[in-house]
Order: sequence, then C-alpha cells, then structure tokens
Amino acid sequence: MSEPAATPSERVRGSGGGVPGRFGPYGGRYVPETLIPALDELEVAWDEARDDPAFVARAESLGRDFIGRPTPLYLAERLGERAGRKVYLKREDLAHTGAHKINNAIGQVLLARRMGKPRVIAETGAGQHGVATATACALLDVECVVYMGSEDIRRQRPNVERMGLLGAEVVPVEAGARTLKEAVSAAIRDWVANVGTTHYVIGSVVGPAPFPALVRDLQRVIGDEARVQALEKESALPERVIACVGGGSNAIGTFTAFVPDEGVALIGVEAAGDGVSTGRHGASLSAGRTSVLHGSLSAVIADREGQILEAHSVSAGLDYPGVGPEHAWLRDSGRASYVTVTDHDALGAFRELSRLEGIIPALESSHAIAWILGDGSTGGNGYDVVCLSGRGDKDLAEVLELKDA
Amino acid sequence: MAEDKRDSGVARIETAFSAAREQGRAALMPYMMGGFPDAEASLAVAEAYIEGGADLIELGVPFSDPLADGPVIHAAATAALGAGVHLETVLEICRRIGERIPVVLMVYANMVLGGDGPADFASRAAGAGACGVIVPDLPLGEDEDVRRTLSDAGLAVIPLIAPTTPDGRRAEICAVASGFVYVVSSVGTTGERGELAPHLQELVADVRGKAGVPVAVGFGIGSVEQAAEVGRVADGVIIGSRLVRMVADAEGTDRAVTAVTRFLGETMAALAGDQSPRVM
Repeated sequence: MSEPAATPSERVRGSGGGVPGRFGPYGGRYVPETLIPALDELEVAWDEARDDPAFVARAESLGRDFIGRPTPLYLAERLGERAGRKVYLKREDLAHTGAHKINNAIGQVLLARRMGKPRVIAETGAGQHGVATATACALLDVECVVYMGSEDIRRQRPNVERMGLLGAEVVPVEAGARTLKEAVSAAIRDWVANVGTTHYVIGSVVGPAPFPALVRDLQRVIGDEARVQALEKESALPERVIACVGGGSNAIGTFTAFVPDEGVALIGVEAAGDGVSTGRHGASLSAGRTSVLHGSLSAVIADREGQILEAHSVSAGLDYPGVGPEHAWLRDSGRASYVTVTDHDALGAFRELSRLEGIIPALESSHAIAWILGDGSTGGNGYDVVCLSGRGDKDLAEVLELKDA
Repeated sequence: MAEDKRDSGVARIETAFSAAREQGRAALMPYMMGGFPDAEASLAVAEAYIEGGADLIELGVPFSDPLADGPVIHAAATAALGAGVHLETVLEICRRIGERIPVVLMVYANMVLGGDGPADFASRAAGAGACGVIVPDLPLGEDEDVRRTLSDAGLAVIPLIAPTTPDGRRAEICAVASGFVYVVSSVGTTGERGELAPHLQELVADVRGKAGVPVAVGFGIGSVEQAAEVGRVADGVIIGSRLVRMVADAEGTDRAVTAVTRFLGETMAALAGDQSPRVM
C-alpha cells in the first residue's frame, strides 16, 4: 500500500519516531561535553522552526524561487536503452548551485538566523556543500567559513573560486589525507571553540544527533517530489530507487519517501575506489565496521582498535570513511541494500552519460549511473529512479587530468 | 575480592587528592601522550613526571581523530600512531608506572567500543593498573552501559563538565562522577591559552558544591602562574599541551626529561607556596 504524498509542511518537517537521536543502535552524540548544550539548543530550535508556518513558508518559497524546485524527473531514454530498462533521473543537478546540497544549506542557514547565530561554518569535500552554504550565507547575509582539505582544494579548484566570489572564507585543512574527514574534524573543533556565536552547517546526514535527522528532513524533498512525479508519469511506483552514498544525504533524501513502500528496492552505491579488496575505497557500509566517527556510531572504515583509516575515491564527495547512521540501520534492517562501483567504472559512466544524454554528471552521481549500466538486470515492467545528485562541471579538470595520465 | 576490586582505582585517586589536600595544595596531574614521541621516550617522560612530583598522571591513548584536542596533542597522537603505537603500547607504560602513581587513561570512545568491546577494554585497562578512565567524547546520556562496564572493572569513570554545561546537567554529571570531576576551563579544544576564562572560579566553586568527589581543572593551563591560580580554587590542576609541546620541541629524550621535570618542579612549588585557606 502506498503512502499519501507528503504535504508541503510534512516535506519540511520530516519524520520522527524511535529512540531520539538513534537509528537502531546507530547515531548518538559522541562529542565533547562543550557541544552538548548546543546540540540540545539545535534540536529544540529545529522542532520549533518546522512547526512555525512563517519559517516553513519562507523555506518553501526559497526552495521554489531560489533553488528552482521541484527539480524535474527526467526519462533518460538513451541511457535506458543502454541499461536495458527504463530509467528516470531525478535532476538535482539542475538545482541552484548544481547539486542537492543547497536544499540542506538554505534550511540550515535559515535556522542559524532564527537561532540568532551571526556566523556559520561548514566543511566541504567536493566543494558542492561549501558552495551551497556560501550561497545561502550570501543570500541571508551571514558570515561564512568553509573548511576544506588542501587535496580537495587542489582537485576542486572551480568551487574554491566560487566560494570566494560568494564572500566565504575557505580555510585549507592540512591534517591527515587533507580531504573531507579532516575538514569535518576541523569544523567540529571550530564549533567547540565558537559555539556561542556559530552554527555548524554540516553537509550530510552524519555527525552527532540531531544532525542526521535534521539533514534528512531538509533533503527528503528529493524523494517526496520524485515519488509524486513518478506516480504521475507511470501510475506505479518504481521498482528500484538508486543513489550514490558518501555521507549519504542525497541517498537518504531520495529514499525517505519510499521507505514505507516495501515493494520499492532502495539501493545505495558506494565508492569502491581502486576496488574494495585493495583497501583503497570509500565503502563504509560494504566493508567497514561499527565505530564512531564525527560524533555518531555508524559504519566506519576503521581498524580493529578503532583508529579511523583513510578512504579513497576519485570523487571527493565520496572520499569519506564514514556514513550517516540511518544508512547503517537501513542496511541492518534489510530495507536498503548497498553496492559498490570502482573509480574506473564511475569515470566510464561520467563519459557515457555525457554522450548519451547531454548531461555531464558529478563524479559522485556517476557511481549510481555506473551501477545501473553494469548490474546487468533487465528487469520486467519495472523502472528505476536514479538520483542525479549533481552536475559534473566541477570535475572536468580532474577527469581530463586522469585521461591524460 | 570483588568489592576491593570495584573500589580500588577510585580509592587510589581519592587518596592522591587527599594527600595533596593535607599538604595544603591542589593535586598536580600532568598529561602525556602515551607512546609519544616513541614508546621508550614516553616511558622516560612518565618517570620524569613522577620525579617532578606529580600526584597523578593522565595518560593519553593516541587516536586518529581526536575531536576534543587542539593541534599540539593531535600532532602528538598522529606521530605516536606513525611510530606504531597501539593501545597495548600505552597499557604497557601504565603497567610500568601504575604501582607508583595513580594513572588515569584519556581515551576516545572508539578505542573503548572497538577491539573486543568495552568489557575487554575495561579488563585490560584495570589489568594494566589504570585507576580511571576519561572518555572525552562519551558525554552523559551516551555513556550508561559503558560507564557501568568500566566501573565494574574497578575503574573510576571521570566525567567532564564544560563552561557551557547548564546547571541542571552539571548536577546530573556530578551525581554519577567517580574519582574526580574534570572541569574544562574554557570553551574550545585542548591547548594553551593566554588567559584563564573569566568565570572559571565560579564554575569550579559551583561544581565543587555539587560533586562528592574532587574537582580538577584542565584545558588551557599553560603556565606556572595559571596553574597556581587554578590551584587556589580547584582540587587538582591538569596540564597537557604545554608539556606535550615541551617534549615535542626538545632535542632528544634527555632534554625533554630535564625540561618537564623542571617545569613540574616549579609548578609544584607554586601550588605548595600558596597557603591561602582553601574552601572545602
């Protein structure tokens, strides 16, 4: 039985239930004591904001007129022919700033303003969340500092320039592998030191409670829209809903509306990097262990003693050794399944979608495209909905460099 | 005997604090990163802490992503891990000094939850002679099962209170504290600060009123003068980044030992030299 489509206010509100801050055993608040009151404050502020019609109306109006929602659900016929089944793309690449990240950034910066915090910090991997947060801060006139690993600064140069143009300060992070994990750690340390004046706009469904639920609430608009659009076009629910998973926000955003639809398979595609067996990958759910990273208990790429290991992916947005706790629970409960795609196959899909559909996908989203191209399933009468979480302009330099190498 | 075991770590910590109190001073608890710069030099630093007059030692277990720590301790952890240090390396240091001085492990939640789980961690830590455990990313509300497991093994489970912790929560934290309460002197990660936080005295006085155990202050105490100032209001003074930095900057183990011994000696003299009446 299918659930009724979410009303606009439910779209912002999201779903609750269960142990607060936990998804099965996962989630929680494994952070220094200094942050606990700020997390409590955030939880209360979010509860109040989503019940405030003025806040909801403002968020929806910006969603429509600034972000450009709803994004289209596009029947990708040539891709479908190649995949051997009908495929719709949920076009988050057409959202303002070029990825789904803006859905969360606008909501959280609105919330920061409502909480009276004059300063916002964010971390970024691929640069998309940094650009989205810088954009929201420009629009809403809030000071913005973005932490970014220096390796990611190198491979995502255009986004660094965009953040500067939007008025954000980009702080390079030199620790460890100089990628997303260290950027999140640096942002959390900044937050510990400046918690009175600062809101941390975390970019994915990770971090201490209430962040995983808050970001899910702000991203579920993807699946809420897609479900309505899919039913309009096909008069039936999709057989499979597919999204790439790094931290997991576009996947949670896409899956949430479909979770009650038990006949719909939910498939998350993780980064296999050089191959899961090489140890150089970003597949926390497929090959990690239960551990704590950045304040929540989830699937983490860690060693036996609990030390966090470096992830690897050609895509900066999937180059992260953790994943949102709700994904770990969706995996354990069997409601979603998680598969992996290598750098090589993702790069192939990047080129293939460009040629087939005239859409240059982000390297992150290319993992989801690669999986449907490679899984060999011809299906029956069913069809797929794939979240095309972002556009690939930011990746051109990196991909061309690899091609030359 | 189970009952003795249950209280042994707690009792040793309390004895250390009361011995200092009888001398009319706050207890001195230097922090060190276990296995930094390597296992052998680290043991020499621990010996120097004992030599320098420490009442207790806070022994850090290196972790890859220490969210509560500033750059100095983070770098030391990274270096220790790079030198091949494991939990067992740190427990061996604990074993070597633990009979002479109460040792409190500073360990991130991952290391407690990882491996073979909290019960195994607890028995290994207690077996190595640790008296207590500080888990900086296991705040009240997340810690109940783990706290019980650690307590059952005879370890004190030392909670932290931050300047941001509201009054009601302070009381709840104090109610479950064993060993001592660790008051975080200022908002932020570990590391030296130019000045102590303005409301520290009130915060410490409030926590001392609520807690049935001693109250020690750490995070940001980087000079002898600051240590003396904190010693006037708290039962214990914890010094971390300053000492770790001295070890990092010293050329060779001998110089590191000389530097930290001298610093602790001066700090102890400053703590002991202050004879102003202490509020109990």
